[in-house]
Amino acid sequence: MTALGTDLGEVAGFAAQHAYLAGVPLLLGLLISLPLGWVALRRRWLTPPVIVGTGLLYTIPSLALFVLLPGILGTQILDPINVVVAMTLYTIALLTRTVADGLGSVPDHVRQAATAMGYGPLRRFWAVELPMAVPVISAGLRVAAVSNVSMVSVAALIGVSQLGLLFTDGFSRSAMGPIVVGVLACVLLALLFDLLILTLTRLLTPWLRAART
Amino acid sequence: MIRLEGVTKEYAPGHAAVDHLTLEAATGEITVLVGPSGCGKTTSLRMINRMIEPTSGHIFIDGQDTAQVPAAKLRRDIGYVIQHAGLFPHRTVLHNVMTVPRLNGWGRARAESRAREVLELVGLPGDFARRYPAQLSGGQQQRVGVARALASDPSVMLMDEPFSAVDPIAREGLQDDILRLQQELGTTIVLVTHDIDEAIKLGHRVAVLRQGGILAQFSSPADLLAHPADDFVADFVGRDRGYRALSFQQADVPVHPEEPVRIGEQLQRRGDQWLLAVDAEGRPQGWVLPAEVAEAAVALEHLHRGGTVSAVDGSLRSLLDAALSSPSGRGVVTRDGVLAGTVRAEEVLSVIQSAPRPDGTSIQGGAGDSDGAAAGVGPQQNEHR
Ligand SMILES: Nc1ncnc2c1ncn2[C@@H]1O[C@H](COP(=O)(O)OP(=O)(O)OP(=O)(O)O)[C@@H](O)[C@H]1O
Ligand SMILES: [Mg+2]
Repeated sequence: MTALGTDLGEVAGFAAQHAYLAGVPLLLGLLISLPLGWVALRRRWLTPPVIVGTGLLYTIPSLALFVLLPGILGTQILDPINVVVAMTLYTIALLTRTVADGLGSVPDHVRQAATAMGYGPLRRFWAVELPMAVPVISAGLRVAAVSNVSMVSVAALIGVSQLGLLFTDGFSRSAMGPIVVGVLACVLLALLFDLLILTLTRLLTPWLRAART
Repeated sequence: MIRLEGVTKEYAPGHAAVDHLTLEAATGEITVLVGPSGCGKTTSLRMINRMIEPTSGHIFIDGQDTAQVPAAKLRRDIGYVIQHAGLFPHRTVLHNVMTVPRLNGWGRARAESRAREVLELVGLPGDFARRYPAQLSGGQQQRVGVARALASDPSVMLMDEPFSAVDPIAREGLQDDILRLQQELGTTIVLVTHDIDEAIKLGHRVAVLRQGGILAQFSSPADLLAHPADDFVADFVGRDRGYRALSFQQADVPVHPEEPVRIGEQLQRRGDQWLLAVDAEGRPQGWVLPAEVAEAAVALEHLHRGGTVSAVDGSLRSLLDAALSSPSGRGVVTRDGVLAGTVRAEEVLSVIQSAPRPDGTSIQGGAGDSDGAAAGVGPQQNEHR
């Protein structure tokens, strides 16, 4: 099947690749941001280096990162791992502050009550602080998801297979069709991510809806 | 028994928030820490469950030095209730209350049935269990806070201004519940408040702290009112301590028969005399003026509800208050909630006049002559229960 002169079967394959390259880093980045955000919040002297340091990651041009990483990691230039690592770094850049903000939004008296009940620091984090930070973290995650989806396309310039290839293809052939299809697919993918995050958040925060009724 | 031995906390070197505090909270009693803001009450309380570590000194619970017990383990064995309840907003009432049993490794089913049991105990049955904290009133949240602290059946419970954020009526109900629960369960409670009335109502023994965490007086409430150790305590206990001391005195007061009218009845009697209205069970409801009722039957809207009601064997304070607050000047007294008669202010006063002062001494004696002063741990028992 084709549309606008583009093979839709191929587009679907690109889209799956694209989702993988944007989605896996989202999860990895979140996992790494959790301890970083916690440390930034709880150890005062580490707040500036962690927040500023991770924030600066975002200013590294993505193309430069895609080109530099193989040298650092010892991987092939076309290896999708490079893209995963780069996108993970960008996710960390976006999420660390958000995680710190989310954990910081837990009221002091609730944290103290948790301590007084006999939670150790680690259990308190999983059982009380993290669940209560979900709304804030989820907002940050939505931004990171959209950012990842759009940034992954850049990897087309180094030839990694995903939706961005439609742009380079359209550009080299001076054809509008693939570009339009590529943009639509990207937007659709971003919306899908957004919907997924929203649904998960909703499932994790029944207490927020109860409070409003 | 909880024993603080020379406990000091300095947040900054040389500035003691609590200074060489030595005191004993007896097993099965309510010990109240009271004092002005910033005097170190919360700090003292939190050193007991090691949320704050003392700079020096030792704290023993039933002879065991708390410094030797892992902090998290220690805290699971001690109930803790704070102002604003500190409930976990993301958990239902039931799961809030299940917290400590679950931390102690109980299975889900056992923790849940225990949680339902304590919720019942604090007056929040059935349907409340499924709600989230945001769906409760402040007073109800505080009840859940108490239930959560009670869930693992701790022998020791710490309470930091548990009722200061709820309105006066809800507060009284909560206070009465705590008294009842403490009596039923025999829990050893240390309670912090800045409200001297609450201290006197709840405490078997009351520790008055002054700025810098220094113990000013530690004695029974009656003794505190009768013999403030010094000007600071006298000031803190307040001007109407003579009146409040009547809370701890009981005596027989003449009870006059009172011919009530029933709500829903037609008035037989006329005139400008106040009449007392009772419900079908004989419980006093309020006063009525015949003129305001006219030809109608006595109804709720005719009631003047100004007066307080005292139990016939209540304290002299509640008897006097019933008489003083009654629009008719006749103070309503009840036995098991049912009208027993009325008392007169002048007769209560003359009983007060002739009654012995607490401990056989004079209330007017004033400050400075007390033997209950300072850190002394005397043998006096609380007389108000
Ligand atoms: N974490 C802290 N760091 C430094 N100083 C503190 C800290 N916590 C309390 N303090 C100081 O220690 C003193 C006692 O504080 P604490 O909270 O024990 O008082 P409190 O009697 O509970 O007061 P309140 O009735 O206002 O709750 C105060 O002067 C307070 O400013
Ligand atoms: Mg305090």
